[in-house]
Amino acid sequence: MSTLTVGELAHSRTGDKGDTSNISIIAYDIDDFPRLAAKLSAERVSACFAELLGADSPPVRRYELPQLGALNFVLPGILRGGVTRSLALDAHGKALGAALLALRLDEG
Amino acid sequence: MKTLRIGAGAGYSGDRIEPAVELAEQGQLDYLVFECLAERTIALAQQAYLSDPASGFDPLLGERMRRVLPFVGRGADGQRRRLRIITNMGAANPLGAAREVRRLAAELGLPDIKVAAVTGDDVLATLLREPTRQLDNGLSLRALGERLISANAYLGAEGIVQALQADADVIITGRVADPSLFLAPQLFEFGWRSDDWTLLGKGTLIGHLLECAGQISGGYFADPGRKDVHDLHRLGFPLAEIDASGAAVISKVAGSGGRIDRATCTEQLLYEVHDPTAYLTPDVTADFSQTRFDCVAADQVRVHGADGHPRPETLKVSVGYLDGWIGEGQMSYGGPNAVARGRLAQRIVLERLALCGVAHEDIRAELIGISSLHGEALGSQGAAEPWEVRLRVAARCADKQQALRIGNEVETLYTNGPYGGGGASKSVRQVMAVASLQLPRDAVNVQVHLENTP
Repeated sequence: MSTLTVGELAHSRTGDKGDTSNISIIAYDIDDFPRLAAKLSAERVSACFAELLGADSPPVRRYELPQLGALNFVLPGILRGGVTRSLALDAHGKALGAALLALRLDEG
Repeated sequence: MKTLRIGAGAGYSGDRIEPAVELAEQGQLDYLVFECLAERTIALAQQAYLSDPASGFDPLLGERMRRVLPFVGRGADGQRRRLRIITNMGAANPLGAAREVRRLAAELGLPDIKVAAVTGDDVLATLLREPTRQLDNGLSLRALGERLISANAYLGAEGIVQALQADADVIITGRVADPSLFLAPQLFEFGWRSDDWTLLGKGTLIGHLLECAGQISGGYFADPGRKDVHDLHRLGFPLAEIDASGAAVISKVAGSGGRIDRATCTEQLLYEVHDPTAYLTPDVTADFSQTRFDCVAADQVRVHGADGHPRPETLKVSVGYLDGWIGEGQMSYGGPNAVARGRLAQRIVLERLALCGVAHEDIRAELIGISSLHGEALGSQGAAEPWEVRLRVAARCADKQQALRIGNEVETLYTNGPYGGGGASKSVRQVMAVASLQLPRDAVNVQVHLENTP
């Protein structure tokens, strides 16, 4: 089984609005986009962040922009009250996307 | 064909200043836009304004204006374009900010600079008459009572366009949707109709790409060995050259640090975007889903493919309210067995807070170096133990005295906790929470004020 990680094929940026994060995953090489899209489902991203999302968070959504080789994941509730009330060190959740870069493409 | 050059001079309130000066001096710009209002900035500014009516606007307004006002106006030093400035640095006091800019302009020997303030975003008085309205988090305004501090509607481009029609050189606003700060000069210069949704969608995309300044030109991007960026210490801020069809090329001043390519543009395209087919602003429902980026030269990217649909019926209002206090304490552990000592310290503090009956609404304890960013499961997957960890305990309390005890209990680890703790720190801050609601457009009255006397 391949040990290839998401971070070897793609880069990422995380944004915040209220208590929702969005995490983009962007293929360096657009030819890798179909593989990324096939392996990185909304369910898999949700499982990766299960500890942070909590049971009451709405489902993770995924949007595709194939012409840019990009996926956009939206994670409602992950900021636990939003930037202004959160107790988190990184209240914006700006560091979240980096966790997805560690995922092995062929697991899960 | 007429083109318009718009630069981004700030992506947040505390942003670097000299890249904006570089753009004003060398960018051949028509407009320099400073976006400086984060979600709760205006609520904090409102709090400052209540205690001092001469404040309430961006603390860096004076320094920024001092540096760029000398470039405002027509034709100085062979510049062929007239430079004008648009900014939301007015925060909770756009009128006070406009007076301050006029005062500075006079002081700099530039008495002819026309300054305008756009108001109408402050809807607190309106909402106080309708206390049964509910926030998106379920709280009613009545329930907030005295804790309600501010309510600001996200305005669109309209007020800024009126100020441009009045020939203002510097336009100061409070809460305006970030991309609208950039859309306004495009509407004004190209005479786009305010219901030409496709053009508004294109102009909004350009605004969205520019609004975080350095975040599209190589800032917030570098990952050494994977994504390298040169000279981030002198990062160039972006500018767009736009034509009347809404086609644009994003670039920066030659010789500045950073990079602009498909990768940096795609990261910024999706930043803070949910459904890319429906990016809501007061002006338009923009559709970014078919966006394309083509590199036309080094650090020059052509943007196309954006579209738009009718604007939302209502305006989003951001409501700021006081919501208790957050107390926090930290302590570091290093060397062999540091993680075990950090975990012991974590247990001790939580047991102490329970034993002493410290009342809190929510609490969080973690080890910086392992679990503070991504949680325990993701943070513990590394094979090697970190050399050092830092315990962090934070709790939100209704009462300030209770919040103070969080940091104090962490600090007592010095003489009561595990071996070798060092570098304790503690803090308490009041929580300014922000939630939102929707308001009909006719509840908001946008006005433009020209500040004419120094």
